[in-house]
Amino acid sequence: MLKKYIIFALIAILGFYLASTFKEIPFGANRLGDLNDPETVSAFYLQKSPEDLHVANAITAIVVNFRGFDTLGEVTVLFLAVTGLTSILYRKEEEEDEEERLSIPSSSLVRTGAKILFPLILVLGMYVFIHGHLTPGGGFQGGAIIATGFLLMLITYKTFFTNHNVMTWLESIAGLGFVIAGLYGLIVYGSFLQNTAWTGNLNDLLSGGLIPLIYIFIGLKVGTELTSVLDILLNIKPRKK
Amino acid sequence: MMEFSEIFFKYKDLITVAVYGTAIMLIIIGLYGVLLKKHLVKIAIGLTIMDSGINLLFVAVGYIQNGTAPIFSPGHEGDAIRMVDPVPQALVLTAIVIGFAVTALALSLIIRLYKHHHTANIDQINSLKW
Repeated sequence: MLKKYIIFALIAILGFYLASTFKEIPFGANRLGDLNDPETVSAFYLQKSPEDLHVANAITAIVVNFRGFDTLGEVTVLFLAVTGLTSILYRKEEEEDEEERLSIPSSSLVRTGAKILFPLILVLGMYVFIHGHLTPGGGFQGGAIIATGFLLMLITYKTFFTNHNVMTWLESIAGLGFVIAGLYGLIVYGSFLQNTAWTGNLNDLLSGGLIPLIYIFIGLKVGTELTSVLDILLNIKPRKK
Repeated sequence: MMEFSEIFFKYKDLITVAVYGTAIMLIIIGLYGVLLKKHLVKIAIGLTIMDSGINLLFVAVGYIQNGTAPIFSPGHEGDAIRMVDPVPQALVLTAIVIGFAVTALALSLIIRLYKHHHTANIDQINSLKW
């Protein structure tokens, strides 16, 4: 019982200090400063993104170019999480039992609807990550949309299985592509993930140098990784008594 | 009809308290779930709630009054002066993905523990206790 009161006291202290800290930070105040003579990082990014990189979406420019190394680490963390998940939930072949993946069959309405919607969801996901440097969205969001399409198929059809060979190859090529794009910058321009000198025009589909290419790789990688997480988690069968 | 900026100016204190208060409340609720709940799935849910609270706090700090999204789409090339801070948004994009990875890993560990111990109550999983 005492433990409970100590925890409540700790939570109250944390809440008090968070509230008193954020009382000092005005909500909605402009902290960017002068955009033409940038002193803050945000103002620098907002100025450089359209002028030097010709990327319309400033967040994409930050995620893929200015903080590209960070994103490479992030993609690695996601990959490690999927690897960990697979190794934790690994089952030997002989343990497999005859239980179905889904106990309740879906109705014909759901099955027909899923079949129609699945390619449309895939196309939407690809659109989102190919246009990541022009519109809201990007590799992570597009990958999540693609995984949603696969989730729809996996929970609708008992017989729908993802092809693990294709997934492995796609994920490896996407991860390698990111690193090769970084090494290209290292070899040609002297720093890792340096963007190309040619960046096109603002708001063109082919603009921003390497940024759309890297975001397509990220989209493919995130899509396959999230799909494999869903595949693994849905393939857990009930325990044999 | 009032403009949004007018509404914002009139109720600025209220909006500040509402946004920051929601974020801090989410963090506190998540911490409460992590520290005091006994069921492992509830602890994982507490983690995700805390995650969303922190993300909300980040984005709220980056908001600029009357701001637009930091995207230079056609017709908005000169709007850089009105754009919200893009750095917290990029950081939150990272944080969401890492949060997803943490949740997936936590859930898989919970599934393993449940299969081994036939329970998800942390008071009954005490084989490491002496």
